[in-house]
Amino acid sequence: MDLYDKDVVSIRDFTKDQIEGVLDLAEEMVPYALGEKRSRALDGRILGNLFFEPSTRTKLSFESAAYRLGCQVIDVSEMSMTSISKGETLADTIKMVDTYCDTIVLRHPYEGAARLAAKFSENPVINAGDGAGSHPTQTLLDLFTMREAKGTLEGLNIALVGDLKYGRTVHSLADALTMFGAKLTLVAPESLQMPDDIVKHLEEKGCHPVKTAELDDVIGQADVLYVTRIQRERFPDHAEYTKVAGTYRIDNAILREAKSDMIVMHPLPRVDEIAPEVDSTPHARYFKQAFNGVPVRMALLCSIMGGELRWRPPWSSSCRRSGTARSSTISPAGRP
Amino acid sequence: MKIIGFNENNIDSSISIGIHVQSEVMGWKDLVKIEDRELDAETVDKIALIAPDATISIIRDYYVAEKYKVSLEGHVVGLARCSNPNCITNRGEPVAPEFVVEGTHPPKLRCCYCDRILINITDNLL
Repeated sequence: MDLYDKDVVSIRDFTKDQIEGVLDLAEEMVPYALGEKRSRALDGRILGNLFFEPSTRTKLSFESAAYRLGCQVIDVSEMSMTSISKGETLADTIKMVDTYCDTIVLRHPYEGAARLAAKFSENPVINAGDGAGSHPTQTLLDLFTMREAKGTLEGLNIALVGDLKYGRTVHSLADALTMFGAKLTLVAPESLQMPDDIVKHLEEKGCHPVKTAELDDVIGQADVLYVTRIQRERFPDHAEYTKVAGTYRIDNAILREAKSDMIVMHPLPRVDEIAPEVDSTPHARYFKQAFNGVPVRMALLCSIMGGELRWRPPWSSSCRRSGTARSSTISPAGRP
Repeated sequence: MKIIGFNENNIDSSISIGIHVQSEVMGWKDLVKIEDRELDAETVDKIALIAPDATISIIRDYYVAEKYKVSLEGHVVGLARCSNPNCITNRGEPVAPEFVVEGTHPPKLRCCYCDRILINITDNLL
């Protein structure tokens, strides 16, 4: 169960217990993420943020999470600013950066990059998105947001909407939700439906998702509407993109058919999938979801980097060298 | 022949191909007979990728000296490239493509890096 010194490459690397442990710890991190409490839990440690693809939320929330824990951050935001632009392999870049920091966070345009980085790095590697592949920390914060809103992850009725083919967040999320007995509905035009091998994998894990192109047919039953952007940058052919762009748009009219406590989530950035008028409804959760990236990534960094924890929960009598998600959760008696 | 790596420029002995040959065990079979050459382990593994039921017979002095079925299990390393063009293993990195065997009939291989299933195995053999 211990996540200390472990790589986080795919959500498939986690057990259900580990996921719940990270979410429990993230819950305790919220006041620290809000700046209401102070922590130096990772004082003296260095996080290496390598972002070879554009990112706003993931990069900033990792930085915020690190700073909130007293951890320093070194970073690269553009491939053109590194020796990769001179022909250096990712493997060599990782071997070098590995010597400068204690944990590497990697976003990269090619699938499998994080697994390769983990192979060449002595320190842990956290996948912050590799092409159309995995984005496990996004999945954790998505699960955190659902649990926070619904009180449980068990048996939720979840509709995934939009680009289910190229959207890496929905692949990882669907995978994780099968552990919690979710009922999944995949809402996408035929050309953007979830790839067959992923659907087959879900079925092998006992989940039998329903595929449809009609959002109107499913919105009334959903507990969670997880909307994704149709990503122009993932389409090999621009003509294919224009055929499907703007297929789904969530507005107040369509939400009239939804349950009153149904929540709308989106990994952001949105383009026109969700009308701004939805922002002020009780359904909107996407900005809270974006904030949740901070406590969840704080929990993950603490669990992986461990170290001399200066932030100690009051029930802990000694420094924890090897932090586990489970052991870091707080017993009811010890809650502040 | 592509898998075995033989062509008219690098072999001096005969190669015979039999199609729809009677077999006591299988009813009918196809066969490839190569003279004066024994296949190495890597070549046998490649054969297993496209013909998981193949049998290798080594004939010495007119008698079958060895006979065994090819096997496909565990991990396959460096025998095929990933069919996903966006896989990091296709970008000049110093790693051999690696797959975990998830099925044998037909062969089903999942890339250890990008997690995608290898399609068109024959076209992607190295």
